[in-house]
Amino acid sequence: MTFAIETQDIEKRYGGLRALDAVSLQIRQGEFFGLLGPNGAGKTTLISIVAGLVRASAGAASVMGADVVADYRKARCMLGVVPQELVFDPFFTVRETLRMQSGYFGLRRNDAWIDEVIHHLDLDAKADANMRTLSGGMKRRVLVAQALVHKPPVIVLDEPTAGVDVELRQGLWRFIRRLNREGHTIVLTTHYLEEAEELCDRIALLKAGRVVALDSTRNLLQTFSGFVLRLRLDRDQLPGGLDTPVLSQDGNLFNLRLRDTAELESVLHRLREGGVGIAEFELQPPDLEEVFLRVMEKH
Amino acid sequence: MSGFPTLLYKETLRFWKVSVQTVAAPVLTSLLYLVVFAQALENRVAVPGGVSYTAFLAPGLVMMSILQNAFANSSSSLIQSKVTGNMVFVLLTPISHLEVYAAYVLASVVRGLAVGVGVLAVTALFVDLRLASPLWIAGFALIGSAVLGALGLLASIWADRFEQIAAFQNFVILPLTFLSGVFYSIHALPEFWQRASHLNPFFYLVDGFRYGFIGASDFSPIASLAVGGLSFAILSAIALALLKSGYKLRG
Repeated sequence: MTFAIETQDIEKRYGGLRALDAVSLQIRQGEFFGLLGPNGAGKTTLISIVAGLVRASAGAASVMGADVVADYRKARCMLGVVPQELVFDPFFTVRETLRMQSGYFGLRRNDAWIDEVIHHLDLDAKADANMRTLSGGMKRRVLVAQALVHKPPVIVLDEPTAGVDVELRQGLWRFIRRLNREGHTIVLTTHYLEEAEELCDRIALLKAGRVVALDSTRNLLQTFSGFVLRLRLDRDQLPGGLDTPVLSQDGNLFNLRLRDTAELESVLHRLREGGVGIAEFELQPPDLEEVFLRVMEKH
Repeated sequence: MSGFPTLLYKETLRFWKVSVQTVAAPVLTSLLYLVVFAQALENRVAVPGGVSYTAFLAPGLVMMSILQNAFANSSSSLIQSKVTGNMVFVLLTPISHLEVYAAYVLASVVRGLAVGVGVLAVTALFVDLRLASPLWIAGFALIGSAVLGALGLLASIWADRFEQIAAFQNFVILPLTFLSGVFYSIHALPEFWQRASHLNPFFYLVDGFRYGFIGASDFSPIASLAVGGLSFAILSAIALALLKSGYKLRG
């Protein structure tokens, strides 16, 4: 089977700094794939290599089977990229920008699709406005539209909702989900872990240029399962002999990390023994943020 | 289909949208040079070809405008795209390095010729211009704008900031065009400066272009055309190699 995106032992060095180290990923067609990691983990560098914006120091990458260097024309036709930075050309209107972008891919009479993209991204009212006059959120929509103008089967969104209001974020995800349902492969980097948890089938966690976890979202949540026990006590000190890790403490409010529900029993027992009273009690199921923190700690 | 026609169209539309600044302003500047210099120097400077000083000066001014504006077009467009980051929209597409090169240089030629035609039209109102051989005029206008378009592209590939382009323009392009025999015949210069002028590639472009108007030149127009062609070939080869390698464009 041809992978939507495949990277083999991708390495990127900037002088002595190793930004990416032997990154191998296989993203299947039709997947909604999340690329997560802290700032500087190498997410954007990896995306840039796949898009041909940055050259790898070693290794190979392909889009729908087309090598991003040797067969770059085909690879780039298959790929739509929404860059992280809010960039635009101040000389042109929204529609001119999209027509231009379409033309760069050799597509001339593409107005029907351009109109559809404009409509779905709620840009109708601004279609003939100059790019300079648009708000940040509107500019972000145009960036998405530009990435879709040549109907690429693979779409990469690099932090698409950074600094975007809730309404646009939801509208954007509705549209991206639809594209995914229609068969487009979506690759997403985001800082909003709840977004990734909700949207992505599979997730790769990057740290310092290496893939430190790669699994389905469900497996990641299970493997690194754990509960957060939130307690408000009648004092701001835990009794001795409690070996459950404390995630955070704010006065008499504690967040404890439990491996499983059985551990709850022993914590409560220890509190009782110490004569500590519980004012509030809450058990939170594992979430991706927790998984993220655990994986990052481990590596 | 190729993305080249769209990129060329975009590069042309870009300067045309601000044509007051990119075409009308340089035409006015040239007209001011013509009025001031013609007034001050008419009958005081010896020029070849048995023409008046004004008839000698006008073609030089036209060529100077062509050269300066061709350089300004490619250099300002690419540096702007680099600094603002919107070059990414071209880099993400299947457009090849050869097509990028051709689009930027051709758009520079169009801008250079647009300004040249403008300056020519306006000076024709004031000066009785001879057109000794229009083919030479067209040939040198094309090669001159192409050389400077390629040089502008090269400068903007190398530069990281606007002021580096401005410095290149002020410390290289401006002196070389001013000292290329636009305002005087180099035969009127002392021996040393005559020789020095021969090291200036812009001299050949201006001299050959003027030959098309007045039918006389300081240097053989065929040799001048060869110098222009050689300059273009060298600059293009370097620009193409840099674009292909992704130098300062693809990290």
